Amino acid sequence: MFWPLLFLLATADQPVFRWGGDAEGGAPFVEADPRDPAKLRGFDVEVAGEIAKGLGKRPEFVQVAFADIDQSVQRGDFEIGMSGVEDTPARRRALAATIPYFEFHEVLTVREADRGRFKSLADLRGHRVGTLGGTIAYEILLAAEKANGVVCISYDDDVHPYSDLREGRLDAVLLDNIIAARSMRRTPGLTTQPVPVAMGHYIGVLATGNTKLRDQIDDILRSRMRDGTLERIYRKWGIWDSYQPAFFAGVLAAQKPREEAPPSTDRKKVILAYVPALLSASVVTIVLSCFAMALAIAVGVLIASGRVYGNALVRGALTTYVEIVRGTPVLLQLFVLYYGLSAVIRLPAFLAALLGLGLNYAAYESEIYRGALESVPRGQLEAARTLGLSELQVLRLVRGPQAFRFALPPMTNDFVALLKDSSLVSVITVVELTKQTQIFAANIGSWVVPGAMCAALYLALSLPLSRLAGVLERRWKAATE
Amino acid sequence: MSDDGTILDISALRLRRGLREVLRGVTMRVRRGELVALMGLSGGGKTTVLRAVAALEPFDGGTIDVGGVVLRAGALPPRSVAKELRKRVGMVFQLHSLFEHLTVLENVTLAPIQVAHVPAAAARARATELLESLGVAHRASALPRELSGGEAQRVAIARAMAMEPPLLLMDEPTASLDPARRGELGETLVELTRGGRTLVVTTHDDDFARAFAQRAVILADGEVVEEGEARAVLTNPRHPATRRLLQG
Repeated sequence: MFWPLLFLLATADQPVFRWGGDAEGGAPFVEADPRDPAKLRGFDVEVAGEIAKGLGKRPEFVQVAFADIDQSVQRGDFEIGMSGVEDTPARRRALAATIPYFEFHEVLTVREADRGRFKSLADLRGHRVGTLGGTIAYEILLAAEKANGVVCISYDDDVHPYSDLREGRLDAVLLDNIIAARSMRRTPGLTTQPVPVAMGHYIGVLATGNTKLRDQIDDILRSRMRDGTLERIYRKWGIWDSYQPAFFAGVLAAQKPREEAPPSTDRKKVILAYVPALLSASVVTIVLSCFAMALAIAVGVLIASGRVYGNALVRGALTTYVEIVRGTPVLLQLFVLYYGLSAVIRLPAFLAALLGLGLNYAAYESEIYRGALESVPRGQLEAARTLGLSELQVLRLVRGPQAFRFALPPMTNDFVALLKDSSLVSVITVVELTKQTQIFAANIGSWVVPGAMCAALYLALSLPLSRLAGVLERRWKAATE
Repeated sequence: MSDDGTILDISALRLRRGLREVLRGVTMRVRRGELVALMGLSGGGKTTVLRAVAALEPFDGGTIDVGGVVLRAGALPPRSVAKELRKRVGMVFQLHSLFEHLTVLENVTLAPIQVAHVPAAAARARATELLESLGVAHRASALPRELSGGEAQRVAIARAMAMEPPLLLMDEPTASLDPARRGELGETLVELTRGGRTLVVTTHDDDFARAFAQRAVILADGEVVEEGEARAVLTNPRHPATRRLLQG
């Protein structure tokens, strides 16, 4: 009966080994235990547990977004990042990487009906293929975009590519065989092509200088491969397959196959290669922002007019719209528009992004216009009425034009804010400036250059806008003061 | 229009704002071509009478007949009635209320073009004529904020006159003018009545009323307390309220 107490004392005393991963990645990597959501389970959880045990420490999980694992481990949030982290040259350059501990295959998943039609990437010319952004599969698709003319669609998560595939927004998904197998269990009507497109490995990543701990961990992983612990874990989670024995043998036979920091001339080329992609992503950002703002202004004017002139019913309905839209995150609204409504209406991603941002900002614009309409002096309206103008004419010829100059400064603010909020649409697969920068940063393993270039581009878009607004504002002010 | 030449017939007009009775049964008649001074101390209800006649404010009792268009107690009249009323009544506001975003010329041509559908060129020609007759044609391209008080007032008169209403209401036109300018204004108004136009002008200024108005109507506490030929009423006041007005 003292055992639990002793155990507690023992664990409390033990030093902590922090490992980072994304529990949103789900089974079989890391997921909350359905029976006790405070606990985690998954094969990555157990591998991390084995490493901690080997180090004589107590494992502690740190939640981090999948795309941020590299940056987070580098800045010291945890000792090792590992939840389906792929072995890539960029990662090996930027971080201290462990030996690979699992071999996976990039596989192509298609709808049952297309089983005979889309067998490889070469069959998918002109078709949309989805994957998780910033992965090896994404790089393969980008290459295939040039080589085979497939259309690469990047997602922030690995669930929606498969639901979009079922609904016909995509014609194929390229991802790890583990994710594919899991998704086929969740999503009926899909099938995975038996021939893999490519092979890859999962590794753990540590901060650049942390090679001593990395070497210790490598030794622990090797010993767990030898004594069958990893095989037992993989079998438990149903991911042990015919590829693993040969992979284990290869890893154990290899003599420290480390390829550290290649020459930096390479890096310059990589950076230059991304410039056109960043520029075209800026075009997406500016076009999307302009259309969304135009929509926001048009709808905002209608809402504001309805709230100022409408009857109680109209006013109530519009107030409800404004409160709901302003009171919920735009991210949620984008999700609902794109994924939530997909059973009813399947909007293309760009259109959904435009509608989402435009209708969201319309709520804010309408409040600006309502305030502006109400600040036009009553005498102006009465003078117009006594001259015989109808209410619509009063609004169009007197009240509206005068309200516009009150509304202009806050509108400019909103346009600049919208420009930046447009980065949110990457969650519904639109690759705009920020998303492209993330991809860039992930690939070169640093945020410094991509971050600076991205910031410069945003400023190049927003500064002229503020300048233009300033000029207009001064002109109207001069005309009315 | 009634046979006896009455253009404005206000009968037992009552108007309440909250608990306060602003007008308690105002009855007055104005004949075509008259210049009537509507006088009284501040808060007596002068401006409210004009606002009710211009259908800017609903009232609670009585009727207003403007050349056959009848306004009744209750909500503001429907658009069809208001439209007829606007053809008969123009208004010049105390603070002028010129459209701040439009030039002087645009202020004057807005209603002729948009409401009366006069071709733009003709409207501009007519507006220029009006501005000339009022002595402000040289300010045609100025914005309201650039005008002096007297200029703004004459532009406001031109704007109302451009729609050629037979009845023109003017709220405190003398308030923002020095005595010399008041004389000029008075002559302008008399000139307007010569063409058969009717003017109802609220004012505090008894010298102005004596000099230019044919009739004076004195309002006190929401009622007409005295009315008659302007010079007579304002020289030999009978009601205490009129006397107070003359002392002030």
